[in-house]
Amino acid sequence: MTASTMAVTDSATMLRRNLRRMRRYPSLTLFIAGIPVILLLLFVYVFGGTMGAGLGTTLGGRETYLAYVVPGILVITVAGAGQGTAISMAMDITEGIVTRFRTMAISRTSVLVGHVVGSVIQSMLALALVVGVALLIGFRPATGPVEWLAAAGLLALGAMAVAWLCVAMGLASGSVETASNMPMFLVLLPLLGSGFVPTDSMPDGLSWFADNQPFTPVIETIRGLLMGTPVGDSWLIAIAWCLGLSAVGALWAVRQYDRRSLR
Amino acid sequence: MIPDATVAISATGLRKSFGPQLVLDGIDLEVPAGSVFALLGPNGAGKTTTVDILTTLLAADGGGATIAGHDVAREADAVRSVIGVTGQFAAVDSLFTGEENLRLMADLRHLGRAEGRQRVAELLERFDLVDAARKPVATYSGGMRRRLDLAMTLMGDPRIIFLDEPTTGLDPRSRRTMWQTIRALVRDGVTIFLTTQYLEEADELAHRVAVLDHGRLVAQGTPDELKRLVPGGHVQLEFPDGSALERAAQVLGETQRDDEALTLRVASDGGVRSLRALLDRLDREAIEVSELSVRTPDLDDVFLYLTDHEPATPEGSPR
Repeated sequence: MTASTMAVTDSATMLRRNLRRMRRYPSLTLFIAGIPVILLLLFVYVFGGTMGAGLGTTLGGRETYLAYVVPGILVITVAGAGQGTAISMAMDITEGIVTRFRTMAISRTSVLVGHVVGSVIQSMLALALVVGVALLIGFRPATGPVEWLAAAGLLALGAMAVAWLCVAMGLASGSVETASNMPMFLVLLPLLGSGFVPTDSMPDGLSWFADNQPFTPVIETIRGLLMGTPVGDSWLIAIAWCLGLSAVGALWAVRQYDRRSLR
Repeated sequence: MIPDATVAISATGLRKSFGPQLVLDGIDLEVPAGSVFALLGPNGAGKTTTVDILTTLLAADGGGATIAGHDVAREADAVRSVIGVTGQFAAVDSLFTGEENLRLMADLRHLGRAEGRQRVAELLERFDLVDAARKPVATYSGGMRRRLDLAMTLMGDPRIIFLDEPTTGLDPRSRRTMWQTIRALVRDGVTIFLTTQYLEEADELAHRVAVLDHGRLVAQGTPDELKRLVPGGHVQLEFPDGSALERAAQVLGETQRDDEALTLRVASDGGVRSLRALLDRLDREAIEVSELSVRTPDLDDVFLYLTDHEPATPEGSPR
């Protein structure tokens, strides 16, 4: 068996393992989808009336805010899934099974790839659930299936970046508790972007940060794809951020995995 | 250098520090293929670190080691393909059932579907896990987890197996079962590298024993060779009163005397002939002996003699 077929075979085995763990304990996936659904309902029904009026469009109101906030909620879903990824990676490390994998003649990165691909699948499932609820409460996208597919593709890329970063955090954490806290900032970051309010409504410094942080171009692109707002070059910046952060996370994770002292 | 097929494990000058703490201070050892080697030492002596280096989990700071002729640092994958490792803490997936854990190992060993299924069934049978096969590992007892752990290690048919404290925390019955399993592996020609803090275990299983203390090997040899290192066996005599003790001490001459316990220790090989001679001498002087016990040196004595530590006693095991 050549090195590359072994990498694929072993990664597939590890992915099957992670998917089976998710199936066996669906509560984590439900939790990952549940938080954004609650946020969606909260933002639309509690804040939505007022927020919508502040968007400055002719229509205003709850409906308008629902259309505005959905891309932000989708991105928060992707970011929140990272917590589960970090936790399951940290569990693997602390349980000693990864130590066993490391003494076996298997592809070195397969453990990590299994976690990352599993995490992306989990994110996509959670996204489907969130989109379902959004449609149920009156979200009506303005565009066709091609744009939907493109949006799903970009969200998958974002999920990959989050997964690699969180796998690395799970490895770095050393304990399940730390692993569940480390990715918290990822959930807060979309709030400091264009997900919930337009960035130009923020004070100068914050608005600069909001415009230039990685989640904003992703949110803007998704909003453009689903609602037909102008995208500009944010799709390019979004893809660059996703690939760049994936690369950083992957390098960090592999380094940790290779030299992590055990037990 | 042509790898010597008769040497399974060889290490020269292994050194390892964690920060300022020196854990291994030049370890040399050689384990012939097909034998059982026990690394004996108290907690913190560096046993697990030695295993981690030999199993490619950890890089040594100095020195080197080969497993079946493959260098652990430069040919890690070749080493990994011939070894099996069962660590101190059961390396199983506790969210999975026993059967699923074994299936996972079969997949990672790249066994075909049919072969994998057959091996899983064999190992479940061999390790008495058939009834528990479909239960989640989280519900297993300590002994069952260890058995599953070892079964997972054996999936790849390793020729060299590292067992890091395989019976620590097990009840006496599970310990015996584990020993039987290890003996069966040795009969199949597998090389075993075992670490333990239980002298009894090393005595029972190992062809060769090395005693590790503060990162150094303080002795190496067969259990019998090691026992010969310490002063020989003795007979302990207990007397009903001080005067009997006094007279016996005069008759027997060179003895170790304890006036508090009313006992004498007499050097002896513990054989029937010498015991009879000893008792005859006391009989002739009409000295009454209330109790007699014979002690030959065991690895406990060796351990105490070579290290400054109390040896660990397996809970509840007869000594």
